[in-house]
Order: sequence, then structure tokens, then C-alpha cells
Amino acid sequence: MPTTDKTLDEILNLAATHFKVPREKLNPDEDFFKALGIDSLQTLDLLTRLEHHFHVELPDYELQGVTDFRTLANKIQARL
Amino acid sequence: MEQYQGQALSWVLNGGIIELSLHRAPCNELGSLSLEEMEAFAAALESMQRNAHALIIYSELKSGFCAGADLRELYQRSQAMEKAEALKAVREFLERIHRVLNLIDAVPLTTIAAVHGVTFGGGFELALTCDLIIADKMARFCFPELRLGLIPGFGGIPRLKRDLGNGVVRDLLLTGRSCNATKAQQTGLVSQVVSEGEAVRAARATAAQMGKFDRETAIAAKRFIKPIPHEELRREIDIFCELFARPAVAAGLKRFVESTDSQPYLP
Repeated sequence: MPTTDKTLDEILNLAATHFKVPREKLNPDEDFFKALGIDSLQTLDLLTRLEHHFHVELPDYELQGVTDFRTLANKIQARL
Repeated sequence: MEQYQGQALSWVLNGGIIELSLHRAPCNELGSLSLEEMEAFAAALESMQRNAHALIIYSELKSGFCAGADLRELYQRSQAMEKAEALKAVREFLERIHRVLNLIDAVPLTTIAAVHGVTFGGGFELALTCDLIIADKMARFCFPELRLGLIPGFGGIPRLKRDLGNGVVRDLLLTGRSCNATKAQQTGLVSQVVSEGEAVRAARATAAQMGKFDRETAIAAKRFIKPIPHEELRREIDIFCELFARPAVAAGLKRFVESTDSQPYLP
């Protein structure tokens, strides 16, 4: 199983690539809505890409209130 | 009318395949304008079906297939009316959209929903009227109605139960969670999952294959295997209207309409 740091790194890479944001500008503890400039529909897009990338299911309600990459990585890590 | 370009949707009949495309921004929310054009489509379908063997429904918008009912319109119209009048208007809207969706469900053509992105609420229910769902890998399905104090009102529960069984309905309905195309295929909801941007192409290829079959046989097979759950659909309208009459629903709609939450689509 990958470490949480590796999971976090993969999330940041995926988000940077897909939403065309420089990777070095993304901070693990940052609000990803602001960092990526995404709305609710794009958030669903990110959720789907993460599920496919990590081969996990992420129920929406588990992500309610999650706004930073590190917490998101912990949620994914719990399902790997 | 074999070709039509509307504000919310368009259709064309070409080579035996009718294509109905949705294109009302932001994500094909179904309100009064969409309903009027869907009714026009239903009327045109009566004549087009004589020269067709398949129907494909898809969205031209990047955001997704359809985000469901136009909740802003629903809220604003309800607020402008007395309670009894608003309830009557909601029932009329539901009965009109059920007539259209029942017609698409039973039309003697093989029907395919080619979906991508957000396929939520009424959009999910529209897809469920089709014989097959072909999904882009980025498609996402959800019944978020319970967060508003409602149940799906466009026939979603009876159709999902007909196609997949009660357990899947309970999971999606009672949790309000969304699921991706892979999960939807595992449950049997989706027949094919394709790469991003490939759903319409795959639907056209599937529709072309269906054109090789004897049409009378295809119609008989569909009629045999796909009954319309009329009684449950009627009951669904009644339950929706009973729930809609409660103040909690107006409060839920108000919260949604006025929300600046960054995750308003997430239950």
C-alpha cells in the first residue's frame, strides 16, 4: 500500500495536470477549491478522476467539508 | 419534423437514427422551456419513428448529460404562487414530463442514452428511460433529491427498480451518494463504459448495429422485456406532491438556490 505522502503527491500531480495549475504552486494544506479555481461540477470531475486513479469509491458524504489536499489524501488512504 | 433546433434541445433524423441533443447551459437543467421542447420532440417522434430504428440522447455541453430539474425555476415559481396553486403547478409539470418520458421509454425504437459528466436527478431519470446507457468514463450518477426533502419525481425509482432491483435503488436513493461509470457498470446500470469523449461515437456504432436486425422482432423483444411500471409511476407523483407540500421542502430549495457553498451538488 502506498504511504499517505505518496498518495498526497499523486493527488497534487493529478490536480495540477488536469486543471493546468503549476504543481509547485499547490500546497498540501491549501483550500483546493481556491487553488484550482474549481466549481461544484469540476469538483465532481476531480472526485471521479481520483476514484479512477486510485481504484477506490469515495462516497460524496465522506468528502463533505473536506477542502484541503492533505485531508483528501487521508480519506483516499483509508480506502486503499 | 425530422430536424429541429431549439433553445434547450435539438433533434435530427439521419440514416434511421434519431439524435436528440441537449444544450441548455449550465448543465441541461429541466425546466418549463426544456419540457415544452421535449413535448414537441415527443409529438415529432410519432412520425419520425416510422423511418427510424434507433434513438440516441446525449448532451452537447461539457459539464455533463443533465443536472436534473431546474430547481431555481421551481423555487422561484413556487414562491410567486399561493401554496395550493404551487402544488397544482408542480403536479401538472410532473404529469407532463411523465407523459414524455413514458413515451420515450416505450417508443418502438432501440434507445440509447450516451452520457458523460453530471447525470443527476432528472438527468439520471431521463437516461433511465432508455434501453441502454453508454457512459463516458467521467460520467457520474446520483439521486440527490433526499437532501431537499423530496424523492425523485421523473420516474427514477420505478425505472431503476425495474432495471436493477430494490437494493441498488435503496443505496443510491437513501444515501444520496453519487457513483461513477465503473461502479454503475458493475451494478448493471451501464452497458458500456468508454473513454472520455467517446460515448456518442460508441452509441452511433451500437445504433448502426441495431439497424441490421429485423425491426418487428426488435420491437417485439423490447415490448416483452421492458414493461412500463405505470402504477408505481403514478404513486411516485402522489408521494412527491405530498412531500413537496411541506415547509421543509421550500426551506431546502431556498437553501439550494441561495447557496454559495462550493459543493452545492454534493449531498
